[in-house]
Amino acid sequence: MGRLKTVWHRLGSPRWFFEISGPWAIGATAIGLTGIVVGLAWGLAIAPPDYLQGNSFRIMYLHVPAAILSESCYILMGLAGAVLLIWRMKLADMVVAAAAPIGAVFCVVALLTGAIWGRPTWGTWWVWDARTTSMLVLLFLYFGVMALRQAVPREETAGRAAAILAVVGMVDIPIIKYSVDWWLTLHQTSTFKLTSAPSMPAEMYLPLLVSVLGFYAFFFGVLLFGVGNEVLVRERRTQWVNDLVRSRQP
Amino acid sequence: MSFASWHDFLYMGGHYPFVWSAYAIGVLGIVVTLLRPLRARRRFFAEQGQRLRRQTSLESGNAERVDASRSS
Repeated sequence: MGRLKTVWHRLGSPRWFFEISGPWAIGATAIGLTGIVVGLAWGLAIAPPDYLQGNSFRIMYLHVPAAILSESCYILMGLAGAVLLIWRMKLADMVVAAAAPIGAVFCVVALLTGAIWGRPTWGTWWVWDARTTSMLVLLFLYFGVMALRQAVPREETAGRAAAILAVVGMVDIPIIKYSVDWWLTLHQTSTFKLTSAPSMPAEMYLPLLVSVLGFYAFFFGVLLFGVGNEVLVRERRTQWVNDLVRSRQP
Repeated sequence: MSFASWHDFLYMGGHYPFVWSAYAIGVLGIVVTLLRPLRARRRFFAEQGQRLRRQTSLESGNAERVDASRSS
């Protein structure tokens, strides 16, 4: 408990975070990219075709991780927003700033690959069912958080406004999660559940698992690197950043 | 292996326009996510390096002027 408290207090020091996170960012990104390449190649070439959908189901190995990550990223961003509003921790604001564009890209990938998958499977690119609509709302929430940060001139006010939207927007997460159970429309229910075995054979879900874990590691690596960028920009007038800049000059 | 040949693999049982366009979008998303922060970091060091060089040249310029006024 004492150690946990020390770590929590140290998180208040952007410099400490920058120095500790560098190797983790590179390591997680490398592991993540490896996992993504292995998972996608496995899913594309080795996994057996679906008995009903044929080969179009292989879009799943991209669509599902992108969708899971865009939700997980939003949860993290909402929690960081809450930390900022409650404890006024600067680092939390930097996490919100770095997470929003990453989550938005994953959300776009999930929506576009979903549309492409929907065409041969459902016979339509888009349907206003609960899952797709709530995912679209998630994308607009990401855009909203990014726009608020840009639009408000005072940095602290911008951070708080974005944090409030991030926290309030968390309402959308359970709606996305349970939309497929509450409203039985076109979108299928979850593949992975905590309470039961996956609803597909191992040859199909193992590559998906590798891909999802790869996406997670990649996300954390890129996020840490992005937060590092935020630290540098905000601390650019300090001695330690100046020293770092000098040491990086050709 | 789920496919007998490269052709079969690329053809995806007729679903190739869907599968490959989806994967192109996914790869693009990953590349963008990876490169954006890397470029931001490089730009930061370039801009701040320029600022510091400007600052030092300004300071040394002032120092020279002070020296010149002393010697005259």
